[in-house]
Amino acid sequence: MDAMNVKPDRVEFYGSAVSSRLLLGTAQYPSPAILSEAIRASGAEIVTVSLRRESGASKAGQSFWSLIRELGVKVLPNTAGCKTVKEAVTTAEMARELFGTPWVKLEVIGEDDTLQPDVFGLVEAARILSRDGFQVFPYTTEDLVVAEKLISAGCEVLMPWGAPIGSGRGLNNPYGLRSLRAHFPGIPLVVDAGIGLPSHAAAAMEMGYDAVLLNTAVAKAGDPVRMARAFAQAIEAGREALLADPMETRDMAAPSTPVMGRAMLGD
Amino acid sequence: MSSPTIDNDTAAVARDGAANAMNVTIVGAGVAGLTCAHAFAERGARVTILERRAGTGQGCSWYAGGMLAPWCERESAEPLVAELGFESLDYWRREVPDVPKEGSLVLAPPRDLPDLRRFARRTEGFEWVDGAKIAALEPDLEGRFDQGLFFPTEAHLEPRKALAALTAKLVNEHDVTIRYETDADGEVAGQADIVVDCRGLAARDQLADLRGVKGEMLVLFTREIALKRPVRMLHPRIPVYVVPRGDGHFMIGATSIENDERGRVTGRSMLELLSAVYALHPAFGEAEVVEIGADVRPAFPDNLPRIRKRGRTIYVNGFYRHGFLLAPALARRAAAVAFDGAHFPEVMDEDRREW
Repeated sequence: MDAMNVKPDRVEFYGSAVSSRLLLGTAQYPSPAILSEAIRASGAEIVTVSLRRESGASKAGQSFWSLIRELGVKVLPNTAGCKTVKEAVTTAEMARELFGTPWVKLEVIGEDDTLQPDVFGLVEAARILSRDGFQVFPYTTEDLVVAEKLISAGCEVLMPWGAPIGSGRGLNNPYGLRSLRAHFPGIPLVVDAGIGLPSHAAAAMEMGYDAVLLNTAVAKAGDPVRMARAFAQAIEAGREALLADPMETRDMAAPSTPVMGRAMLGD
Repeated sequence: MSSPTIDNDTAAVARDGAANAMNVTIVGAGVAGLTCAHAFAERGARVTILERRAGTGQGCSWYAGGMLAPWCERESAEPLVAELGFESLDYWRREVPDVPKEGSLVLAPPRDLPDLRRFARRTEGFEWVDGAKIAALEPDLEGRFDQGLFFPTEAHLEPRKALAALTAKLVNEHDVTIRYETDADGEVAGQADIVVDCRGLAARDQLADLRGVKGEMLVLFTREIALKRPVRMLHPRIPVYVVPRGDGHFMIGATSIENDERGRVTGRSMLELLSAVYALHPAFGEAEVVEIGADVRPAFPDNLPRIRKRGRTIYVNGFYRHGFLLAPALARRAAAVAFDGAHFPEVMDEDRREW
């Protein structure tokens, strides 16, 4: 949170610096062509790719993955839909082989209706994967103790949810997210999931989050390309606002023009 | 790509009438190949179809849902798909028997009503229906849903029967020759004036930007429930449709996976399709599983169809999830390309569409 902003404003994940603070998911777009245009419009430098649905045990999803690779962005493979530690670890290993990256967005889903993380499985899988040389981006809740345990398991990035995946509800627990930010000033924090509108993303950035990861809000918009652009602008606005050191709120009105010495015009 | 000389030759052949009819070889006897054969034969061409399998319609057409639902598709597809779809809907109603125009019903469980509202926002041609109207349309769904969308102008068909009827028509009324278990390689080159390549994903050797999108389906049999029309159940992750096939049979589809692997059906996909359809009506839980199947749909990066002309070969491909909905409209255009030198920018303008 360097408010001086002398260096270019970049965020680092495991030593890789990127300028764009929007991470975009690649699922559910009307077509690969629209996906590609949306990624370009968003300016995102990192995209997440779900392995499970596309792969099977074979490499039959190659053509979709090569479409993604051709975009020249960094790929953050995810373990979307995995419900057990074992599944998540296996999927991560497949992803590493396929995309040649140690990065993995770790999802261990604990509950079908809310798709909320199974934080116990998450910590365990994070420990196994970190030990195995992976650089883990854990999809977690805003719980501080879980966050501590993820960090001691080897995670150098945390990705708390805003709201349940695909719900579009925004930041359900601003207090919890604020306190997470305050507790881990040195850890890159990404709000992942639940974002529905650009204003939600802007709010996360104003709160001091380093980046925002979203998918459905863009993919399921009537015009995904336009929505991608809207999110890019909102995230930039929120980040700029944070760096500009916003004013404090106060209880009473404070005139923006001094009353004393005001020019007397007419009547 | 298309040379004016060839187009002139083509037009000359067309003008010469029956004695000098245009010789057209169609490669592939799926919904694309058969509708192209029909369109070319109706324009007076002498048509031969080469098919590597032992029958027609046995590629991914075999596993199609057969919904003729331009308005419903408009929700997630480009407007072009709906435009072409209306033309095709009329074609099927005109050319093959048993294409009931009973409309389509779109439903969502109470927790997914936002998806129903979104669906409604994206398309037209429907009316909102309440529980009573839903029960009037589909008595077996009485009391199960409070809100839905009814698209009265849509239709559906049984893909296997429809293609069998079309095949019979081609052979009996249009003297189309079909050569089964025949590969196109080498043989095609010498004889035909025009080759229409309708091989689906197999044409990837010529159309490099084609990709496969896997779809899995199943057929259930039960006498406990009857439906008159296709019913779609919305869900944020697992939308499903049920198409009544008559005689207690229901086609349940379909997954859509970025993957070009033929045939392999996963437990997860079956689990998801079955739990979604079970939510539509518990009778499906007791139904007999008659068939499960999977194949790969050919698609271009924008999921829109293409006609490409290279020399004397015309490629008709990329129908994605919309084979029956698009094929007749594309077939008519392909014939016009060959006979009239016509150009259809919406499906031929490669600069705009190629990715």
